[in-house]
Amino acid sequence: MTTGILSFGAYIPRLRLQRRVVAEAHSWFNAALKSQGKGERAICNWDEDPVTMAVEAARDCLTGIDRTSISALRLASTSFPFLDRLNAGVVAEALSLPEDISSLDVTATQRAATSALAEALGRTGRTLVAAADQRGARAASPVEMSAGDGAAALLVGEGEPVAKLLASATRSADFVDHYRTIESGFDYQWEERWIRDAGYMPIVPPVIARCLEKAGLKAADVTFFCMPAVLAKVANSVAKAAGIADAAVVDNMHAVLGETGCAHPLVMLVATLEKAKPGDRILVVGFGQGADALLFEVTPAILSLPARMGVKGHLARRREEANYQKFLAFNETIDLERGMRAEADKQTALSAMWRNHGTVTSFIGGKCTTCGTLQFPKSRICVNPNCNAVDSQEPHPFADRIGKVNSYTADRLTYSPDPPACYGMIQFDEGGRWMMDFTDVDEPDLKVGMPMRMMFRVKDVDSQRGFRRYFWKAAPAAAPQES
Amino acid sequence: MAKGIRDKVAILGMGCSKFGERWDMNAEDLMVEAYVEALADAGIETKQIDAAWLGTAIEEQHVGKSAVPLAVALRLPYIPCTRVENYCASGTEAFRGAVYAVASGAADIALALGVEKLKDTGYGGLPQRGRGTVNNMTWPNASAPGNFAQLAAAYRAKYGSAPEDLKRAMAHISVKSHDNGSRNPKAHLRNKITIDTVLNAPMIAEPLGLFDCCGVSDGSACAIVTTPEIARSLGKKDLITVKALQVAVSNGQEAQHNAWDGSYFATTRIAATRAYTEAGITRPRDEVNLIEVHDCFSVTELVTMEDLHISPEGRAIHDVLDGFYDADGTVPCQIDGGLKCFGHPIGASGLRMIYEMYLQMQGRAGERQRQDLPRIGLTHNLGGFPHQNVCSISIVGRYGE
Repeated sequence: MTTGILSFGAYIPRLRLQRRVVAEAHSWFNAALKSQGKGERAICNWDEDPVTMAVEAARDCLTGIDRTSISALRLASTSFPFLDRLNAGVVAEALSLPEDISSLDVTATQRAATSALAEALGRTGRTLVAAADQRGARAASPVEMSAGDGAAALLVGEGEPVAKLLASATRSADFVDHYRTIESGFDYQWEERWIRDAGYMPIVPPVIARCLEKAGLKAADVTFFCMPAVLAKVANSVAKAAGIADAAVVDNMHAVLGETGCAHPLVMLVATLEKAKPGDRILVVGFGQGADALLFEVTPAILSLPARMGVKGHLARRREEANYQKFLAFNETIDLERGMRAEADKQTALSAMWRNHGTVTSFIGGKCTTCGTLQFPKSRICVNPNCNAVDSQEPHPFADRIGKVNSYTADRLTYSPDPPACYGMIQFDEGGRWMMDFTDVDEPDLKVGMPMRMMFRVKDVDSQRGFRRYFWKAAPAAAPQES
Repeated sequence: MAKGIRDKVAILGMGCSKFGERWDMNAEDLMVEAYVEALADAGIETKQIDAAWLGTAIEEQHVGKSAVPLAVALRLPYIPCTRVENYCASGTEAFRGAVYAVASGAADIALALGVEKLKDTGYGGLPQRGRGTVNNMTWPNASAPGNFAQLAAAYRAKYGSAPEDLKRAMAHISVKSHDNGSRNPKAHLRNKITIDTVLNAPMIAEPLGLFDCCGVSDGSACAIVTTPEIARSLGKKDLITVKALQVAVSNGQEAQHNAWDGSYFATTRIAATRAYTEAGITRPRDEVNLIEVHDCFSVTELVTMEDLHISPEGRAIHDVLDGFYDADGTVPCQIDGGLKCFGHPIGASGLRMIYEMYLQMQGRAGERQRQDLPRIGLTHNLGGFPHQNVCSISIVGRYGE
């Protein structure tokens, strides 16, 4: 049986913070940041986090895939919103994955995603591997400049792979180039040149060599080399040391995206798969307390994969953000006076949340088996005035439906972390409607009739208790880019 | 349809507090202010009241739960008292309780009182409260203007109205209400405004600007009702009676079923039709002389003109701009200043509207008195959201007509 990558997808938030404005804001304090003030990095909207990004990357990956065929979910992140609540469990429900899947969070190292991928490739059945990171950063820190928020997802296992695994190798080493503790909140980092000379250079090339040896291939056989490294030219130096052609080194997308934490090896892999041809060999390396190396060969099946947004499409779905204050506020790096309306209690009745998890997390409504009317939420009595049948509804998913705006407003009175709050009635052509929050939309673009797609987002955050609620919001529908 | 309420119950007396930022008053004080006037107007004593209803919505903001605060504030003699809450229809619901008690024969004289003390929130606008454990998980964190503003988007889309035309008609509505409110000593806002003021005001929720929104204020209003026979026996002449009381409550169709286009209030259309039938009105545009509608926002008033079957569908903009609803127009709307100038102490608003009808029909409305003595008046409340709401309609008029 062939094991490999069956499908892939990515998610990059729409907002791109201009590094220039960050450098300008800090120029009075640290003029050296000016040299890093080029290009842009992806930042989460206020209602996005690793869980929501992973859901979107997974939905992108699962384009055209029967979700009941998936037997496991591995979610990798070093910035999970919950420390004790299975983040992968939220993702699994948002994706309506089968209840009997094995789901796990993988964390605590920058190679969490590559390790999760390697483990998944050794499993039977089909495993969805999703990785997402939203790395926190202290204002004026290097990470604030270099990080980017984003996610990638791969479906691996049994089936017709678009890229088959040739070999993998790994090494574990407690090499601490940076760390973050439960108290600190932000990374503490050691000297960059030491990380390069004592970390990447001695640790990675031997792992690559072992991986190639297992595959029975030479470094020259590598078409694409995907290894995230913020430090300039480190990937090229590692490639050179390993004997890989400089031309094979894949762009780390620093200029347009930033480094998406532990997700970045997969983001680079997905970006590479989007342009790869059958026969190409892709070497992926994750570095962090050791290194993982995975070598894939692209198969002809890649040519028949349905279109998806991918990295390319999401990079094109872009809105420049030149307001650095907004970034700080979204991440609560500054303490804004949010006004009394923000004090409204957002407590979640966990019992009610569980009772309604199909409605809230999976966005499942009802279809009346008597009259056929679709409705959200699923209810005991059919809403169709000519039916009103009791207990006639079977579950009906709405998450992947396109709806249309029936009414809207842009509300400046209600509390929103990013005013004005845009919301309105969304109507699905086949039936069903709900008044919903909108997201990733600019007020002047709003109009009745515009097509909207559903996106899984943070509904609100309970500032008293730290809990965050998730629900679906409507965002302008964008056609998938040609892959 | 049931036989209805027409002419079974007469208004014996009414009272209304001054509305506004009543920093020196508790809700209990406001209740007493409206009650004392109503009691004097009715010419009875407290011990003659058989039953009472309190309408209030955000009770945690002022008096707390139950009808006890009403009984205590008014020192009612251990009679049956009930608190009702049905969003912004709470005041009319209190009235309905009292009227039905009298009509049933269970009470000879009944009292309805509505109150709300909104200015203790610490900010402008209505307090935003939770909407239940499940709704809180899915509903937008929407404000009242944000909910009602959506009517404009759907209305424009349905009728192809230019945004500027709709906005100008909305502005006319607010200017008209301020003109009317300037002549009413009990109104909160008594300043006249101009079209430009409305058009250039800061945006609250697109397309509602500051002057498209009603005020937030404290207030109370009270009605004492009885049978026409008892009213006569107490020496009352020219009785004002209840012709119809209707309430329509959304059952989720607007929110969940695609038949509704978002540009109108399904509940108002249904309640109005039922109310006209109950009151024996067949041509509302010609037969109704005076209306007080739930003008929480200018766009609400505009679409309500159509929902009450007074302006033809899609034509309210023209009627409004033609002055049809002005104080000197064919059917004055908000001749007292409306929610726009009274503000909207939720429990009080429905009774405040009936109070104006009562005064106008008796020729006691002072400077703003309509000289042709209105004979049929309609009041209308909307609570909740355009897509899920409570609508109450009352029609009052001269006894026997």
